[in-house]
Amino acid sequence: MARVTSGIATSHVPAIGAALDNGKASEAYWAPVFAGYEPSRRWLAEHRPDVVLLVYNDHACAFSLDIVPTFAIGCAERFAPADEGWGPRPIPVVEGHPELAAHIAQSVIQQDFDLTIVHRMDVDHGLTVPLSLLFGQPASWPVRVIPLAVNVVLYPPPSGRRCYELGKALRRAIDSFDADLDIQVWGTGGMSHQLQGPRAGLINSAWDNAFLDRLIDDPEGLSRVPHVEYIREAGSEGIELVMWLVMRGALGARVRPVHRFYHVPASNTAVGHLILEEQP
Amino acid sequence: MALEKPYGNIPGTTVFDTDQARKGYHLNQFCMSLMRPENRAAFKADERSYLAQWPMTAAQRQAVLQRDYNQMIALGGNIYFLAKIFSSDGHSFQHAAALMTGMTQEQYARMMLGGGRRPDSKPDQGESR
Repeated sequence: MARVTSGIATSHVPAIGAALDNGKASEAYWAPVFAGYEPSRRWLAEHRPDVVLLVYNDHACAFSLDIVPTFAIGCAERFAPADEGWGPRPIPVVEGHPELAAHIAQSVIQQDFDLTIVHRMDVDHGLTVPLSLLFGQPASWPVRVIPLAVNVVLYPPPSGRRCYELGKALRRAIDSFDADLDIQVWGTGGMSHQLQGPRAGLINSAWDNAFLDRLIDDPEGLSRVPHVEYIREAGSEGIELVMWLVMRGALGARVRPVHRFYHVPASNTAVGHLILEEQP
Repeated sequence: MALEKPYGNIPGTTVFDTDQARKGYHLNQFCMSLMRPENRAAFKADERSYLAQWPMTAAQRQAVLQRDYNQMIALGGNIYFLAKIFSSDGHSFQHAAALMTGMTQEQYARMMLGGGRRPDSKPDQGESR
């Protein structure tokens, strides 16, 4: 049977991808960011999953304002890097896992989560920057990826509670997939940042670190934080953090943090990163 | 009964909700068109003509021409859509963010290196911690 034993949370700042793509990763500004992921790359070398269920948000690339799905699952064979306005990132195409994705879609919809099923979409920095941070610059990605896109662009996004419960439903779906596969769930986005208006540049390290603490030890309580608190305390784009609760919901009640990293700034954003292993 | 909008009083912040999305639909769809290289080229060659193809308000068109991102947001633009404009211009998110705060990019970058804008600070102060 398919198994979930660990989860990863990470920011997905586009400038991190640009730094890597343009050979700036060793510059003084960026080196501390990439250093924070070194232990994770070592850990992943020992704990490489077959499939990553990657929870992220599309940033007005695959989804225009014509159609805005709250939750969408990518069931395609492959997903091309999007052209976000400066040409696609020079990275490998992302290989999907259509059989598992289809199984998850059917299972989760029957658990009352009405996913939108997508058979063709490009993936933007929200999905590809986490792959770059955790796998570097390989000729092809070493895992297959099922994209799970969450609307956090057009308010209201799904609540933290809904995301957390979706994570539990995804776990039940994976647990019932009849193939010998190791699967990780990754939650991406955040941490505190605001990209718009006179308040742009907001960073709230205290709130971010409390979020990390609670994601580990008090996900039930954390899942009840209302949207307005995210916006007020973590910035209008900090609301992306609800996606981390999908990852946490897919893990059991007790988890052990294998690695924790926090860094300010990456462009406009506080970078946060956690690896969690499920405990019996 | 009007919907409750508890986020309406957060300083310096416009939440892109369903009302804003309705007002900004054509502005944001224009932005999406800039994801194609041939459209970027057409826009750069003649911005006014390119904008005339989209049923936006005159105020929205003017805000685009002036690269007034705060005004575009007030008129229904969303930053991830507007990013297609400044990306087409060859600018970064940090460039655009600095513009919206009224700082130079250097001042803004320094604020970020100093830990960013404090959550309790007034938007126009841009103080670092």
